[in-house]
Parts: sequence; C-alpha cells; structure tokens
Amino acid sequence: MAQTITRRSGLKIGVRKKRGLRLLRKTVLPHIGLTLTGLLFLAPFAWLFITSIKTEQEIFAIPTVWWPDRVQWMNYVEAVRTIPFLRYTFNTAMIGVLSAVGQVLVSPLAAYGFSRISFRGRNVLFYVMMATIILPFQVTMVPVYVMFNKMNMVDSYWPLILPNFFGAAYYIFLLRQFFMNIPYELTESAKIDGASEFRIYWQIVLPLSRPAIYTVALLTFLHAWGDFLGPLIYLNDPAKWTLSIGLRSFIGEYDVSWGLLMAASTLFTVPIIALYFFVQKQFIQGITLTGFK
Amino acid sequence: MTRTAAATAGFRRRRNKALWTGLLFISPWLAGFLLFQLYPILMSFYYSLSEYNLFSDPEWVGLQNYKDLFGDSKFYLSLYNTVYITVFGLLPHLAFALGMALLLNMSVRGQAVYRTIYFLPTLVPAVASSLLWMWLLNAQYGLVNELLGAIGLVEPNWLVDPAWTKPALVLMGFWGTGTQTVMYLAALQDVPKVFYEAAEIDGAGRWSRFRHITLPAISPMTLFLLVIGLINSFQYFTQGLIFAEASQSVGGPENSLLFYAIYLYQTAFSFLNMGYASSMAWILCVIVFGLTLLIFRSSARWVYYGGEK
Repeated sequence: MAQTITRRSGLKIGVRKKRGLRLLRKTVLPHIGLTLTGLLFLAPFAWLFITSIKTEQEIFAIPTVWWPDRVQWMNYVEAVRTIPFLRYTFNTAMIGVLSAVGQVLVSPLAAYGFSRISFRGRNVLFYVMMATIILPFQVTMVPVYVMFNKMNMVDSYWPLILPNFFGAAYYIFLLRQFFMNIPYELTESAKIDGASEFRIYWQIVLPLSRPAIYTVALLTFLHAWGDFLGPLIYLNDPAKWTLSIGLRSFIGEYDVSWGLLMAASTLFTVPIIALYFFVQKQFIQGITLTGFK
Repeated sequence: MTRTAAATAGFRRRRNKALWTGLLFISPWLAGFLLFQLYPILMSFYYSLSEYNLFSDPEWVGLQNYKDLFGDSKFYLSLYNTVYITVFGLLPHLAFALGMALLLNMSVRGQAVYRTIYFLPTLVPAVASSLLWMWLLNAQYGLVNELLGAIGLVEPNWLVDPAWTKPALVLMGFWGTGTQTVMYLAALQDVPKVFYEAAEIDGAGRWSRFRHITLPAISPMTLFLLVIGLINSFQYFTQGLIFAEASQSVGGPENSLLFYAIYLYQTAFSFLNMGYASSMAWILCVIVFGLTLLIFRSSARWVYYGGEK
C-alpha cells in the first residue's frame, strides 16, 4: 500500500517536473529572448527621444545622462525654426498623397487586366513587367532625368509624382496575387447578367480588395515620405525640398546640435508611425495575404 | 457549316473583345513601361556608348566607357564595398530575421505586440535612421560603445576608422529586419502541423525537425527574400551616403563607404558624366540579372514547393 502511494506520487512529481521544464522551454525562455531583443529594438527610439529633449551639455556629458534635468521642449521649437520644417513637411506629404492616389488609381486596373481577363499576349507582358522589378533603378535613372530635363521639369515635383500615375510593377504584382484569390463564381454570375468588365472591377473586385488597396497606398506613401535619391536628383531649390533632403542639410550647412537634429528626426518619424498604427490591421492582412512587400 | 462558321466568328469576336478590354485595363501601365522603362533602357544603352555631359549632344565613343571602367580603381573599390555589404549584410540579417520569427512562432502570448516592435524600425525613413545611428555609433558619446565598454569589448571608432564603417552599417541593418521577420513568420505559420507531429512520432529531434521540415517548408520565402535583398543591396545608397557625410565626403573615410550606386550617382550628377554612369548602370544590371539567374537556377536544389512530392 505505502509503496504504491510513494510510487504514484513520485510519478506525479515527475510529470510535474516535466511540465515545469516544458513551461520553461516553451514559454519562459522565448519570452526572455523576445523581451530582451524587443528592448534592444526599442532602445534607439528611446535614445532618439531622450537626446531630443536634452541640453547641449547633457548630450556631451560623461558619464551619460540618462534623463535630462529639465526637459528641453525648446529643441523642438528651434528645430522647426532652423529649417523651413513646416514647408518641407507639406512638400513631403503632398508628394506622398499624390503618389498614393496615382498608384491606387492605376495599379489595380493593370492588376485586374493581368489576373481576371485572359487575352492573347497577357503572359508575355506579365513576364516583361516582372523583369522590370529586377531592373536596377540606375539603368533608367539617367535617361529619365534627361527626359525630364528636356521637358523643363527638373526642380519640380512632376518627376517624383507623375511616374506613379502609370502604376508600379511591384504593386501591380501584389494586387494581382490578391485578385487571383477572389472566387470566380462571384464575377462569372455578374458577367452572365451582362455586367461589363469595368463594372465588375469597380463594383465587385475593388470593394473586396480594400486591405490590399490600403497596403499599396500606405507602401507608396511610406516610400515617398522617406525617399532620398529621387528628391536629391530632382529638387535643387531649397524651398522645394522634402524632409529627407532638408534633414540631411542639418549636418552640413548649419552648426546644429544633436538635440535639434534628434528633435527634427523625431518629428519626421512620428507621423509615419502614427499612420501605421492607424492602418496596421489592414496592412498586416494585406502583407500576409499576398506574402509580399 | 454555316453554323460552325458563325460560332467561330463569335468566338473570334469574343476573343478580340477580351484582347481589347485586357489591353485597355493594362494600358496605363503599358504606356508607363514604354515611356519610363523601355525607351530609357534603349537610351541608356546608347548613352553608355557615348560621352554625354547633358549640355551638348551625346558623342559616340563606342566601348571606350567600358574600357575606362575596367581600368578605374574606384569602380573596383565601389564594387568591393557593395559585395561586402551584400554578403555581410544580407545573409546575417536573414538568419537573424529567421531566428526572431522562430521565437515569435512558439505561440507566445503577446505575439502581435512583439511583431509590431520589430516592425517599427522599418518605418523610420532611411535618412532619419541613419542620422540616429550616427549618433548611437558616435565613438565618444554613443550608446553602442557605452554598452560595448560596459561588457569589456572593443570600442571601435565606427564612422572614422575605414575598417569599421561598413560593419557599422551592417550593425544598423539588424535594426531594420522587421519586414523579413514578419514575412518569415507568415511562412512559418503556413507549415502544416502534421509534419511536425509525424516527425515527433518518428523520434526526430528538435534540430532535425528544423533542418528537414522547417527549412525546406520556408525555402520559397527564403528564395524570395534573398532575391529582393540582393537587388536592394546592389543599389545600397542612402545609408551609405549619410554615413559618409559625417566625414564631409561622398565616399567616407578612404572611400570605404563608396558603394556602387553612390559612385554612379556621383559620376552622373556631380561630374555630369552621363555616358560613363550609364555604362556603370549596365554593368550593375548584368551583375544583378546574373546573380538572380544563378539563385533561381540553384533554387531547384534547395527550394521545395508544397505541390511537389
């Protein structure tokens, strides 16, 4: 009797020990790893913000000052004054919004043609389009610049916005993947009822593809917001600069403290992160459904 | 007879209608392709065989630009720097992203929160993140060296010592691997659970399950991330230029940050040597197409698609 009891409870302890080990391996250790790397990923953001509210002395103090004595909100005011920050923000936002509008108007159209209408030569054209994804930007960069130069469009926003109104292979492919997953029964019955392809596109396919459309709009806007090479090539007049170019000028032209620079960088980054949180759900859905960025 | 003829005519009409409707839908893209890709590609090839400074007409010089390139030490240096950042940047970053995705995939609580945290840095504009990291990597006052010093490691002079400028960029790159992590995570979540269960019954260990189930199952995603990463890496520009400007130059200390795209940009828009820049672009194109082809060719050996045996 007594023996069996000990054996049984011994067994129980063994199970419990095993369960404890499992819990440790499957839950505790991953969480420790994730939390540590998560903190490392967040630390630069924290340092960006902390530096942006320090005085010059605190920034260059050794040992490191982890939190300023008095929060220097003035850095933000000065950062905005040192460069025409509001104007740059407006320029950047305008380019971003118009680019996104162009992309959303045109890319789904092409994606619909490439996915739901079967016509002769479609596959060849599709492969041509896919090949342009691999084509380095640098190959077309010089002739396109020459072209815009001949049209007197250098130092204007046209070269940065206009190409978006012709769609981009990247986004067309993303949307095509999405459109291909829409059941054909939905569109076939409309076709039998005599609806035109455009009507099917406009009234059935587009409304069903909202997450993918949002994703394209956001990616286009994000790209335009952070783009450096495009504005660097095309915008000479400082009044027309975007935030990327304006921020870079902080380093060379002005003897500006790291505090101001970090304040400006914060202001450059916050809107995009706010925007992301706003559309995050649809965005993740759009990315994971198509497996593409 | 007449009936089949009528049917054929009807079929042909429908087929033609589909052709025109299809072309109509893709016409904006097609116009853009002709205007912004095909025509520039042809022109770029022509420029690459010319001397062209933007102000006078291109002057035909044949293969001279290409010949000059092969004797240009900066061309080789920029190519070396680009290969360096591709090998030491891309592969460790992908491995790291996979590691993070594996951790995230252990069905931990708060997965969405962690995922968001790793993704956030990819939203930061390249100029802003480069400026931030220039400050973090500051040899005297930077947080990174503070950390390294605290655990007794070397404290490199990141942005000044030519041996450390590229590792600095690689280090910064880890911060921006969120997209790859999210995409690897999506791929991992698609791996059928039954595979693991079957393997576990067969007594396969943790490593062998990873090696024989996980890696093959996510290999299409690896192929995709590798190709896209390669294309991006060979056009590496913004971060390199911003880091270089800390030393008041285009190429950084001893041109250690003169990446291929930066040298090309400088050739075109600072020296207004459009012909030379175009031949550089074509060599870049050949390299990228060649490497992409190589990866796709080799992929038959290491990429497994769900539909296959």
